[in-house]
Amino acid sequence: MTDTAAPADTVHLTIDGRELDVPKGLLVIRAAEQLGITIPRFCDHPLLDPVAACRQCLVEVEGQRKPFTACSTTCTDGMVVKTHLTSDVAREGQEGQLEFLLLNHPLDCPQCDKGGECPLQDQTLAHGPGDSRMIDRKRRFTKPVPISAQVALDRERCVLCARCTRFSAEISGDKFIELFERGALEQVAIYEDEPYESYFSGNVVQICPVGALTSTSYRFSARPFDLRSLPGVCNQCSAGCNLRVDVRRGEVQRLLARDNMAVNEMWNCDKGRFGFEYVASAERLRQPVVRDELGSMRPATWLTALRAAAGRIQAAVDAGGPAAVGVLTGGRLTDEDAYAVGRFARDVVGTDNVDFRLRPRTDEERDVLAAVAGTLGPTYDEVEHAPVVVVAGLETEEEVPILHLRLRKAWRKHRQRIVVVGPVIGSLEEIAWRWIQTPAGEESSRLTALASGGDADLSEVTDALDEAGDRGVVLAGERLAHSPGALPAAAELARARGLGFAWVPRRNGARGAVDAGLLPGLLPGGRIAAEPGPVADAWGRLPEQPGLDTRGMLEAAAAGEVRALYLIGIDPVRDFEDPALAQAALERVDTVIVQDLLQNETTRFADVILPATAAQERVGSFTTWEGRRQPFPQAVAPQGLAQQDWDIVRQLARALGSDLGWETANDVRREAAPLMEVAGSALSRLPGAQGGGVVPASPERSGDDAPVSSERPSAGHDAPASSEPSPDSLSHQEAGGAEFPFGVVVVDYLVGDSTMLVGAKALKETARRPAVWVHPADAGRLGLADGAEVAVVGSAGRLVWPVRATSGVLQGCVVLPGNSSGQAPGLLGGSRVRLEPVAGTGGDE
Amino acid sequence: MFNALRKGFGLTFKTMFRPTVTIRYPERKREPAPRFHGRHLLNRHPDGLEKCVGCELCAWACPADAIYVQGADNTPEARYSPGERYGIDYQINYLRCILCGLCIEACPTRALTMTQEYELSSDSREDLIYTKERLLAPLPAGATPLPHTDAAVAARGLEYYENNFAGQTTLAHLQDTYAGRAGRVEESGDPVAVAVDGGGTEPPVAGVDPVIGNAPERRPEGE
Repeated sequence: MTDTAAPADTVHLTIDGRELDVPKGLLVIRAAEQLGITIPRFCDHPLLDPVAACRQCLVEVEGQRKPFTACSTTCTDGMVVKTHLTSDVAREGQEGQLEFLLLNHPLDCPQCDKGGECPLQDQTLAHGPGDSRMIDRKRRFTKPVPISAQVALDRERCVLCARCTRFSAEISGDKFIELFERGALEQVAIYEDEPYESYFSGNVVQICPVGALTSTSYRFSARPFDLRSLPGVCNQCSAGCNLRVDVRRGEVQRLLARDNMAVNEMWNCDKGRFGFEYVASAERLRQPVVRDELGSMRPATWLTALRAAAGRIQAAVDAGGPAAVGVLTGGRLTDEDAYAVGRFARDVVGTDNVDFRLRPRTDEERDVLAAVAGTLGPTYDEVEHAPVVVVAGLETEEEVPILHLRLRKAWRKHRQRIVVVGPVIGSLEEIAWRWIQTPAGEESSRLTALASGGDADLSEVTDALDEAGDRGVVLAGERLAHSPGALPAAAELARARGLGFAWVPRRNGARGAVDAGLLPGLLPGGRIAAEPGPVADAWGRLPEQPGLDTRGMLEAAAAGEVRALYLIGIDPVRDFEDPALAQAALERVDTVIVQDLLQNETTRFADVILPATAAQERVGSFTTWEGRRQPFPQAVAPQGLAQQDWDIVRQLARALGSDLGWETANDVRREAAPLMEVAGSALSRLPGAQGGGVVPASPERSGDDAPVSSERPSAGHDAPASSEPSPDSLSHQEAGGAEFPFGVVVVDYLVGDSTMLVGAKALKETARRPAVWVHPADAGRLGLADGAEVAVVGSAGRLVWPVRATSGVLQGCVVLPGNSSGQAPGLLGGSRVRLEPVAGTGGDE
Repeated sequence: MFNALRKGFGLTFKTMFRPTVTIRYPERKREPAPRFHGRHLLNRHPDGLEKCVGCELCAWACPADAIYVQGADNTPEARYSPGERYGIDYQINYLRCILCGLCIEACPTRALTMTQEYELSSDSREDLIYTKERLLAPLPAGATPLPHTDAAVAARGLEYYENNFAGQTTLAHLQDTYAGRAGRVEESGDPVAVAVDGGGTEPPVAGVDPVIGNAPERRPEGE
């Protein structure tokens, strides 16, 4: 918050008789904090703009007739401030103000969720008058009003501090909550026809200084003194928000954002905040299960299950060599687990068939990921202070919401120039500076053009990049893997121009998996199998032949070459891009060992089920997209007999006759850390000749003719979408073939069908409705009204969703929901589709 | 030596003719002092609604950590107490309770009071963890078992917290949330009648009437 100022830019002032120097522009309330003086406040929040709405922070300034609000008064040279500690004027002002605030406050503290942790309660006790002179009836409102499925509003308790409205206007940028009316009837409310559907609504509950906004999921479930609070790290996405885990009687009651100014500041998203119900869900796997000789699943002891699993793995190795075993992990493992699994596969089993990538995946990634593995940065702060950020293949709000808030902050504070490359701009539409439009799958040509800088269309952006020098940042989403050559091109752009480069995956464990080398051909720390370095010394052996990726393993399994699949935290039947192949593979393969938290569609294929612990039930660490490793302690006891993944792997290794030498997670960490961490930045390790390795875009649609939008994309949600199609994008449609004119981009929504959201009912009610995003011009041409149903027809299937016409999508491109509707876009087959209006469906609802 | 015997038995004989201080417990029981700190009682309003709002202040005040309370939502269809919140689970562990009465002082609704019952012993530990059914006062004469509906409460013309029922909205989906949680009990209907020394309900306190009379004129609401 406090901007660093040059030493000369300071002012000298006196607070309560103590003198200090502070940077120019600092607020009096912050200066007082530096002296350890806490001035009472409600509306003031270090990350929100001053508003001086609650008037609680009155202080006396010598030479001024009236008391000033410390939260909106900047320090001036020679100022003499007296707080309530030394000034009767300030003290009486504060007491009077507190009496005002309490005039209409219902004082229903015993029923209020905030009771016990309420700033209004605390300050009334500390600074308040003993009694109220109010003898009239208090103002009454209907309460509580559910302004969304997970936030309840009690207007009687509100002190009109405007923290929530400022949060939604300044930080999250979705103005769903606002102050209405005036005078005694002034109140917080939502717009009549728009529910409070923000991915960040939980933050307003946390920053509300009274019980006016409460969480429905935590409603009446505990009091602060019931709770044992532990530090946690969010396991929902790669943002790595720091959390406070509040536990009562061994059950997680709520998650709050924990302050970490380097990562999530003071915020987190609703998925991270409310998506914890799965931990105690009835669908949790609580006991090992083994398929007996007759084919039925029977609960078993750990010993039996581990022996069965080990026996089956050994049988597969005996029959087909180590390559007959495949290990698939999702992107959800902790760093320790990822390392343990990687070593288990390579060292114990001897196979290189290891892959953590279930969905986006390409062989081109390996060099880039190898360069990124183990490095740190660019960090959140570096992204925030970058003059130019190039975003490709990343829908920040849906995929890494806290990164979205950082970009938004940078845009708001210093007009960061955000350049989006690709067919979709999505949530960045409001804040992006330029949108370099490319048809789906053709990002690489534009990224390459940005790197070389020869293109006149792009001169504005390249000039900005030149100006930014090494402070610019390229954010490459994992979705770039869907686009041929795009990820290497993005990395080359960063290398050629000396920009920071970050690979931004969706899932919390993806970066840790990269660091641990859970890809075929990769070892911990981004080492390639040919040059193992210290890994060769640490491990007993390394695989002799290169392994298969996820698709390769499933294909080999379907063909009978891979005989055992070890699935850890993964549901390929539902999530793999080709569900039929996944199902065929699981049916054909001799052995399926499932190690997971929850029952899913894959568990029914399992021969051995090994129950694993949830993130809150274990120690470990997660790595953010920046490469920041954040350890966290265990918060609650495991459900049933579940064990930590690394521990299961260790015991499985022992059952196979290998001692990996770990007793605790710390042992794993001690062994893994020197191997997984690498000094230097990703840039220095990128292959220099990367540019030559860029795969050209598909021949029939190769081209450097993708348009750069010459102006900022429409200024906001309400701006009319440009209705004249650009000739370039039209030509692309024709080039794409008349049968399937639309290129497909699949975006996973933040709140979708994720298994980690099992039981989070209120959260799921706020999920965005799955829809096909279509450019308004395309929608108009096909006669599709906003909200009408449309059939998306691919070469292999037909799926129906409602239409959302949005200018945030390029013409000739559709965005399909990846995980939100129970129907996988993978069923369509291929990356090109056509749209057919479904008869009999209405328009706007 | 003879002198010593005479002295010793003398005291014994003298005491034989004094009034006895012991009583033939358990055939006869001593009447405790009026403010004796005995077993707790969860009081009701005269219409049968619980006074407890599940605020947990008693548990907070308890120096022995003997009280467990779990709050939950009242709904228009199932109302247990006035206001938004009620105690769905309420337990006092008499293995820990020191009968100090701090919980009584903390209770904001005078839901929790103490009785004169002092026979708190059992041959099992479970028996000494009193649950809500055992602590709750019996239904007053004429009252119907809980839960009540808001319509029924409104028909009685009661208004506990000014206008509270009229404006009460509920967060309907919470019902399911609570139904599945372990350790939370639903009242079966008839509360278990408990024999309580010193009367079934809290003694009336002058000036404290939970029932506010006529509905006040309402200020226009801003919606």
